[in-house]
Amino acid sequence: MSEMTLLEFARGPALTWAVSIFVAGVLWRLVGVLLLRTKKDLSEPRNAATWKGLRLIALRSWPRREFLGGTVFGEVMGYTFHVGFLVALFFLVPHVLFFESVFEGLLGFDFSDVFGFAWPTLPTGVITFLSAVSLAALVAVLIHRLTNPVKRLISNFDDYLSWLLTAAPLATGMLAYAHAGGARYETLLAVHILAVQALMIWFPFGKLMHAFTIFAARGAQGMIFERKGASL
Amino acid sequence: MSQTTVPEVRFDRQGDLSDAERVEKAMGNFVKDFGRTAAIWMESCIHCGMCAEACHFYEATKDPKYTPIWKLEPFKQAYKREYGPFAIFFRTLNLKSKVTARELEEWQQLLYDSCTVCGRCSLMCPMGIDIASLISQARHGMFHAGLVPQELYAVTERGHREGSPLGATPKVFMDRIEWLADDHEVDIPLDKAQAEVLCTMSSIEIMKYPDSVVATARIMNHLGLDWTFRTDGYEATNFGLLSGNAAWQKEMTLKLINAAVACGAKTLVLPECGHAYTALRWMGANMYGKPLPFRVLHMSEFLAEYVQNGRLRLRKLPKTATFHDPCQVSRRGGATEAPRVVLEALGVDLHEMYPTKGTNWCCGGGGGVVANSRANELRYKVFRIKMEQIDETGAELPVTSCANCRQTFDDGQAHFKWDKEMHSLLELVADNLVEEAK
Repeated sequence: MSEMTLLEFARGPALTWAVSIFVAGVLWRLVGVLLLRTKKDLSEPRNAATWKGLRLIALRSWPRREFLGGTVFGEVMGYTFHVGFLVALFFLVPHVLFFESVFEGLLGFDFSDVFGFAWPTLPTGVITFLSAVSLAALVAVLIHRLTNPVKRLISNFDDYLSWLLTAAPLATGMLAYAHAGGARYETLLAVHILAVQALMIWFPFGKLMHAFTIFAARGAQGMIFERKGASL
Repeated sequence: MSQTTVPEVRFDRQGDLSDAERVEKAMGNFVKDFGRTAAIWMESCIHCGMCAEACHFYEATKDPKYTPIWKLEPFKQAYKREYGPFAIFFRTLNLKSKVTARELEEWQQLLYDSCTVCGRCSLMCPMGIDIASLISQARHGMFHAGLVPQELYAVTERGHREGSPLGATPKVFMDRIEWLADDHEVDIPLDKAQAEVLCTMSSIEIMKYPDSVVATARIMNHLGLDWTFRTDGYEATNFGLLSGNAAWQKEMTLKLINAAVACGAKTLVLPECGHAYTALRWMGANMYGKPLPFRVLHMSEFLAEYVQNGRLRLRKLPKTATFHDPCQVSRRGGATEAPRVVLEALGVDLHEMYPTKGTNWCCGGGGGVVANSRANELRYKVFRIKMEQIDETGAELPVTSCANCRQTFDDGQAHFKWDKEMHSLLELVADNLVEEAK
């Protein structure tokens, strides 16, 4: 397969398949759980406005002071790689161009016309720096996972594959930007796109799904506990 | 070549089911009544391991096997392989191997000996998974698989057979009421046909702390309430809940509900017992199938209510005190401030522990652990956390509002020859009633 063909493959059928598996898989997993029945709680609530418990979705974003000691490393590293990853994903110029083309091509409208402002971008140098920080944080959490007795014990295939598939788009993106190793840009770009697609394909099956389930899981605990007046 | 020694796995079995049947029953009963909420929690773990930091068993031992979410591992595995939305995918590619009876036997110790269902881990989980409720669900599976620690099984079965796990049968209860009434010269109404308030007791109080029975009577009489104990519904402990038998849990719960309905009670007062509060206050109506036609109050809530409406006036107690929050009443039950209202009325100088209230450390004896003597060694390790916490407050009086916690403290005190004795909030109130107040 020639190099351009690889890029065409990445931008063509591979993209179609990856997006299809991602969308169908996410929907299947969410619907498969959310359609399960749930029994009405007949106990007299202490707090009738149980919806107020939804504040746990925000509250649980940082541990309570009492729990901070042993978890601060995980929290800081976790936030670091998430922020770096998401900033690179949503604010790098080529990514923004891609998203805008999706808006225009699939949905048929221009982003800035509809929302009244252009999709913001950040300088590539900033993104590169954040990607490097993010990648460093990912390496740190991997080392922690391999050396911390608790994390080593509870880790499984999903944890390591999800790590690899999260790190790969960052690493290949940086390589593509740097035109590294004398390889042709098109090849590096194709590898980067394929790495993203691999992430999308695995996404619905493993723990990456927490990007969606976290809201429902926290919200459920919040509402149940709020009803009882229990600690959040 | 060096020899490795495999530590002996301690487990008990009930019945003569085959291994395959045990696995099937464990998993079937785990997912029975498995609704949307439990499923979303099962889908959400990211293996961050932070729950370990909240667990007293991990804190005391630093053994990773006590990581709360790890205690559910076979059930997580089986859920993904057999029941989750992608079960077919996990099964076909064998990404999750089939759970074995041997694994369940190994996990018995983790699910019963090293978890008090205190729910501290649930407050830590960044995904919002209520790990404690999933542990209870896993215990349903273990009970039906005949894989419960024998001592816990025995008291549960006795509770089912005799109406009380510690032998406080209706006859024994009646005799003790008579004896206590005579001995303490207090009127203790029993089996009134009609009463506004139905009081209930924990068998630990009936058998080990009978002063609590007397204290309850003194306070109720002092307040001039129309109240009673009833022999058809007095036992508030619920080992069906603790061990994982929902049918027996329901049976115990319905006794209390039916007794309250029979005497037309407007209020049912639960004793100083943690899990009794969960069983009736938060699960009772769901067992009954409709809202309860009476209020359910924990003893601390009842006392706080009468302090706040001015009918319960107390002599001042010029001492320093600290309050141990019973997990099921405070952290998971929401009645965190009630005992503090009462302590304020008692005029004690309250030295809060750190952490306190919703994140207070568990005593280590809840969830049936104190009834399971093979867990003693581990429980004592955990109890050190509690001793340090209380010693650091410098308070003279440790106080709690749970007979099970109190029993755990008394046992820990004797084991470590500790100089602190746990006190019952109820008994402190009864000892300090201002007599002229009506």
